Amino acid sequence: MRLKSIALAIVSLTALTVGTSALAQKKYDIGATDKEIKIGGISPYSGPASAYGAIGKAITAYFAKVNAEGGINGRKLTFISLDDGYNPAKTVEQARKLVEEEEVLFIFNTLGTPPNSAIHKYMNSKKTPQLFVATGATKWGDPKNFPWTMGWQPNYQSESKVFAAHLLENKPNAKVAILYQNDDYGKDYLKGFEDGLGDKAKSMIVSKISYEVTDPTIDSQMVSLKATGADTFFNITTPKFAAQAIKKAAEIGWKPTHYLNSVSASVGSVMNPAGPENGVGIYTASYLKDPTDPQFQKGKEWDDWLAWMTKYQPKGDIKDVNNVYGYTVAQGLVQVLKQAGDNLTRENIMKQAASLEMTLPMLLPGINVKTGPDDFYPIQREQLARFDGKTWQLFGKVYGR
Amino acid sequence: MKPLDRKWVWLWSALLLVVLLVLPFLVKNYRVFQFNLVLVYAIAILGLNMLTGFNGQISLGHGAFYAFGAYTAAILMDKLGVPYWATLPAAFVVCFVFGFLVGFPALRLAGHYLALATFALALAVPQLLKYKHIEHLTGGVQGIVLNKPEPPFDFRFLDQPFSADRWLYYFSLAVAGLMFLIAWNLLRGRVGRALIAVRDHPIAATAMGINLPVFKSLTFGTSAGITGLAGALGAIVVAFVSPDSFTVNLSIFLLVGVVVGGLASIPGAIFGGIFIQFVPNIADEISKSAPAAIYGILLIGFMYLLPTGVMGGLYKVWARLRAKTAG
Repeated sequence: MRLKSIALAIVSLTALTVGTSALAQKKYDIGATDKEIKIGGISPYSGPASAYGAIGKAITAYFAKVNAEGGINGRKLTFISLDDGYNPAKTVEQARKLVEEEEVLFIFNTLGTPPNSAIHKYMNSKKTPQLFVATGATKWGDPKNFPWTMGWQPNYQSESKVFAAHLLENKPNAKVAILYQNDDYGKDYLKGFEDGLGDKAKSMIVSKISYEVTDPTIDSQMVSLKATGADTFFNITTPKFAAQAIKKAAEIGWKPTHYLNSVSASVGSVMNPAGPENGVGIYTASYLKDPTDPQFQKGKEWDDWLAWMTKYQPKGDIKDVNNVYGYTVAQGLVQVLKQAGDNLTRENIMKQAASLEMTLPMLLPGINVKTGPDDFYPIQREQLARFDGKTWQLFGKVYGR
Repeated sequence: MKPLDRKWVWLWSALLLVVLLVLPFLVKNYRVFQFNLVLVYAIAILGLNMLTGFNGQISLGHGAFYAFGAYTAAILMDKLGVPYWATLPAAFVVCFVFGFLVGFPALRLAGHYLALATFALALAVPQLLKYKHIEHLTGGVQGIVLNKPEPPFDFRFLDQPFSADRWLYYFSLAVAGLMFLIAWNLLRGRVGRALIAVRDHPIAATAMGINLPVFKSLTFGTSAGITGLAGALGAIVVAFVSPDSFTVNLSIFLLVGVVVGGLASIPGAIFGGIFIQFVPNIADEISKSAPAAIYGILLIGFMYLLPTGVMGGLYKVWARLRAKTAG
């Protein structure tokens, strides 16, 4: 009996020393262990923006695939995704639940500018990563003041720089009229466009008119923009107004070179209501493969995506680009975690997120993910597309950094 | 029987007070934050209950007053550097005046028409807050980020630090206590009887010398003021305001809180607050696909079991127990 307990003591002592020496190479913060990595997410599963809830479900489904294939470096991903109904007050509550109660390692791909603004300061004061947020505002890439927050998709300013570059190449003497929504989103686009045109901004932009999101129509703005004699139109509007603008331009016989922000590049909710024949020739920009575009519906990348959709996300809509988005951003995160290896501290997560250089299967050819210690904008490249009356046809080179 | 009753009431009240005071140190900060929100919603529901439960005027727009109170507090703190506690009376006054002005024309609108008019208010407010000429004050769509008030002193209890959330808990508890005390005194006396008389039989009430227009407008004002004060407290607790925080859903949830807690019941407001704070979380845990549907089912189930609200149910149980002991 005594011998047994001594032997046991020796064995456990050895185990302890072996254990500690193995542990020495591994570093964990709250939320990470030898067996799992706890990740928090907040999505609008209910409320006005619930269409975007598909992204949260797609991410959950992708992590299920990763776990079924053995996890990352032997660790399973536990994704705790909560609903905030797109209500910023609720986002604060849910973020606190994730950080303080669920004790996640970091929060991933929270959706929407107002919800993310609400927790921006909190996440940074808690020194907990707010990684790859799902909004295009430019403020998410500010590593000096907010080192724990990082964006994902091309921000509004980079997109309008793409339009500016295309315009300078093809129509350097254009007279540009701009219609923009009078809020942060509209101003972000406007600033990027002016920065993109650089010195020529003053001479090229002949008119800038804003509208309020509360306005019933933008007909009078369109009439005044036409009256300036501009031959190019930059349309910074949300879907309802974008459709109105396209329709009104056709009605009053104004046929400028027309750039439409990607926010409203939906065929179903913008181009068709505006009258598809009125939209022929309009330019927009994109960075993800559109699952309805026949040219992408082949090859290994498509097959992999389809296999994942059928096996792990069978309730999801194959046509919904949000599934492509969720799939892609989850792959981006998997790369960050692979790079982090056994050093799963919050600091190292941010460090790895800020040293990415890769392409992902469902990004358009030539679009990459690239970050650095001073560059917290992962995707900045976009390709232009032209509307042919039915779908968006990609053309030309890839723009951006 | 009577003296024993009183003794028990005192004992239970004291016990409840001790539990309320120790509670924040027994749970994590995040839970304390949720309790703070319960207190905030309870005050807002108390305000609405005064109008809907006691005075019989249905408002679907109290989220608007809540938003006004929240923005009053946020702008005062952010732009003018006013200390957080001083924003509460300010929010009350602003919302009282605003509510009084809304209540005045509302006198001509009875019942469902008033509900629609206030509903319009709730729809309009989030958009008005984004209006560009006041953007330098309201921060537009971005809203305003606030600093949480630090606790005035440091100590540890049960091995837990006295954090900002815990300090806000006591602050909210004190404010809520004060509001409930005021409401209790107001509604159980002459004024309360007048309000109920106006609700049940306006013509008879007028015949008995109650000035109907003044009473109705004042009730609307006070109700809006209390809800606005709750909004201000909510802004301090959440430390963020933006137009999207105050959608029309908020107004409807407040009304749900009133009905669930029990119409015309002062303590019912607390149960209403607990319901609107925690039930959506439960719904979210049950299903990611249709949290709103689960919420609806829970609500229907709840109203089926307790058709007169939590307080109505409690009274019924209490009456039955009394009948049994007496019999």
